[in-house]
This record gives sequence, C-alpha cells and structure tokens, in this order.
Amino acid sequence: MVNTAQIWSLLEQVNDPEVPVLSVVDLGIVRDVREVDAAGRRVLDTRVAEMDRGIVEEEAPALEIILTPTYSGCPAMDVIRMNIRMVLLQNGYKNVKLTTILSPAWTTDWMSNRGKEKLKGYGIAPPLPSQQVCHPALFHREEAVACPHCNSYHTTLISEFGSTACKALYRCEDCREPFDYFKCH
Amino acid sequence: MEQKTLIDYTLHLADNALVLGHRNSEWTGHGPILEQDIALSNIALDLIGQARNFYQYAARLRNEGVSLGGARGGRMSEGVAATGGGGVEVTEDTLAYLRDSWDYRNCLLVEQINGDWAKTILRLFFFSAYQYSFYQRLQQSRDRELAAIAEKSYKEVTYHLRWSSEWVIRLGDGTEESHRRMEEALDQLWKFSGELFVPADYEKVLAEKGIAVDLTAIRSQWEERVDAVFRQAGLTKPAAAWEQTGGKQGRHTEHLGYLLAEMQFLQRAYPGCEW
Repeated sequence: MVNTAQIWSLLEQVNDPEVPVLSVVDLGIVRDVREVDAAGRRVLDTRVAEMDRGIVEEEAPALEIILTPTYSGCPAMDVIRMNIRMVLLQNGYKNVKLTTILSPAWTTDWMSNRGKEKLKGYGIAPPLPSQQVCHPALFHREEAVACPHCNSYHTTLISEFGSTACKALYRCEDCREPFDYFKCH
Repeated sequence: MEQKTLIDYTLHLADNALVLGHRNSEWTGHGPILEQDIALSNIALDLIGQARNFYQYAARLRNEGVSLGGARGGRMSEGVAATGGGGVEVTEDTLAYLRDSWDYRNCLLVEQINGDWAKTILRLFFFSAYQYSFYQRLQQSRDRELAAIAEKSYKEVTYHLRWSSEWVIRLGDGTEESHRRMEEALDQLWKFSGELFVPADYEKVLAEKGIAVDLTAIRSQWEERVDAVFRQAGLTKPAAAWEQTGGKQGRHTEHLGYLLAEMQFLQRAYPGCEW
C-alpha cells in the first residue's frame, strides 16, 4: 500500500521553477494522488480490502499523479513533471504515471493560504479571490491590490501581462517600488 | 470517416491558434514599449499553448485511428508524408512542423502579416472577440476533450479580449495618426473577418452532432462586441463587403507559406532535431 499522505508531503518539495517560493501543492496544480495497479487502473476499495486480508498479493506500488496546468502555454510544466518524477524516484517510487487534465480549469482560488503568505513574503502580491475580478469589462481593474513591500493600497497597474503568464506588473505610489501581482485567474 | 472529420476540426482549431500565436511572437523584442512587447509575447504563449492541446488531441485521434486500421489508405495522411501509414506515430510536432500550407486549416485572418501595431491589434481584437464567444460555446461540446480545452482557453482569451479592445479604443480615439492607421488596418482586415463565421463542411457535420460550435449563433455576439468597441474608438464598420474565404479548406493567401517556411525550417532541415 502507498501512503498517499507521504506522497503529498514529498510533492511539497517540488517547486514552481518560475516562482521558486511556491511548491506545486501550494500552487494547487496537483489535483489528486492515486494508487493504481500495474496496468494504470485505479485500485478500488474492494481490492485494497482484499490486499489487507492477504487475498491478493501486493504488487510494486504504482502511483498516478493528476496535474493541471496554470496556463495552456506555461513553459514550466515540463520541468515540473520532470522534478516530480525525480523526487519520487529518489524516495523509491519508480512506477509513476503523470496525467494532465484541463477540466476543471485551474484557478488561483486553489492556491493555499500558506502559498499566498509565502508569495507576499517573496515580494509578489498574492491573487485576489476570483469572483471579484476576471471578467472582460473594458478598463476594469482589480480593486485594491496591496503592495507586498509596504502594504499600501495606493498602487497602479503598469501592465496586465508581466514577466510570466501568471503575473501582472504594478507600481506602489507610496513606497515607489514596482512589484509583480500574481493575477487572479 | 467520422474520425477524419473530427481530426480536421481539431486541426482547424489548432492551426488558428498556432498561426496567430506565431504572428504575435514575431513582435517579441520589437514591441513599441517593453510592457506591451511582453504583453503580446504572453498572449502568443497562451495561443501556442492552446494549439499544443489541440495538436496533442489530434495526434491521439490519428494514432488511435491508425491502430484500429481505420486510417490505412484513407485520406488521413494528407500531406503528412512522415506519418502516412507504416505505423509511425504522429505527434504534436509532426502536425505543426511537417504539414504544408495546403494542409493548414486556419482562417485567413490569422495569417495576415503584422503590418504596424494598429493592424496587429485589430487582427487580435477581431480574433479574440471570436474566440471569446467560440470557447464559451465549445465548453458545451459533446466531445469532452474539446470541451476541456475550451474551458481552459476561455479564461486566457478573456484577458486577450480585454487587452486588445482597450488598444483598439486607445488608437482609434487617440491621435490623428493612430486613428488613420486603425482605419487603414480596418480596410486591410475587414474582408477576412467574415470567414470566421462561414462554416466548412467539417464544421457543419460536427455542429449537427453537437460537437462543433454553430457559428451562426455566435456571429451576432461578435458583431455586437465589435460595434460597442468601435463606438468608443470612433471607428466605423465598413458596409457589408466581399468576404474572402478558403483558409478552412487549405486555400491560403501567400503569407502563410512564408510563415511556415520560417517556422518549419529547422525541423525540415534537421528532422527530429531537439535542443
């Protein structure tokens, strides 16, 4: 049997290469961790019960990790997949299947609160809840993005598109520092 | 046959996204100011990501078709010499890099050359307004994979539409020169906008099955959005004019060939090259 809680904690070690302060778990892109049989089928509860009773011989544990990308073109996904494999391999999990799903589509609402705090500590303003924003009204702007340096709400959008697909560029009018905002999605 | 129709449709969606993504990426390093250069490059990245999702799905459909024997001797190997039978697996790269312009199913609008910033902006606005309504509908497709790609892409296109709409207004309602340039762009691009809503045979067949989007249903939404933005931009929509079509069937303007020559050069010269 695989201890999925242990897998989740191992995945905490895999960081987003573009925002290295966040793990893939903080980011909310790991949707599920499942134990599967050799053919990649999900191990059903009855089968697990049989294994517990020793009716079925236990095979080498195989894992399926369900991932979803932040953005369709996110170039970090390939590196993330490789790093997940590496960490699991180092801990003895050789048979790992990585499955990518697109629906339901990733949203910044899946980012953990701990992740949001880490982002702020790193100098990136964390995303606001998505129900407030994310619609196509023209010249619509996020309200009150706080400066991650001085906490002022007196900030201005410079560009909706920043150094990576997931960020926008802001400027604080009080401390005068520019900063990235992890935009709501 | 049914499989071929679905592959054609998926390739049409992939080609639209890839060709416009490539066009936008031609601005990388050449944008008028750094922030807008980065914005357009980000939009290009989104589009190329969407194209990859569609190509991967098309490749999977084709490989499944071949393994079932359904594609042997059929017309599914159009132009893809490297993949025609023989059990060679098709990948997203084969589909993007080894098909010729007559195999490409993208609309003529997306392959038009960048011209100046005004023309690039207007092309993106027309196409984003189309994609916005299109992906909204495609999420209800009976094909679950297409629906999932649409769900993902829709969120990205929302940003593209907002950004390009604001630029159309900024330029149309800006200086005398920016207004003149927008009008010139409009003259050059308008005749290619109608094709977005003229369904190809594969779209008609699949729309009846609830897989493809019914284009007549989204045309009015597109018109309304264009009208609203043009009103603010002080631009006038041309009267109904000749609509150039053919891209969805593989009959392209001369520009696509040059684009592919550059984009595909490396894989044509050094097949299978990786770096």
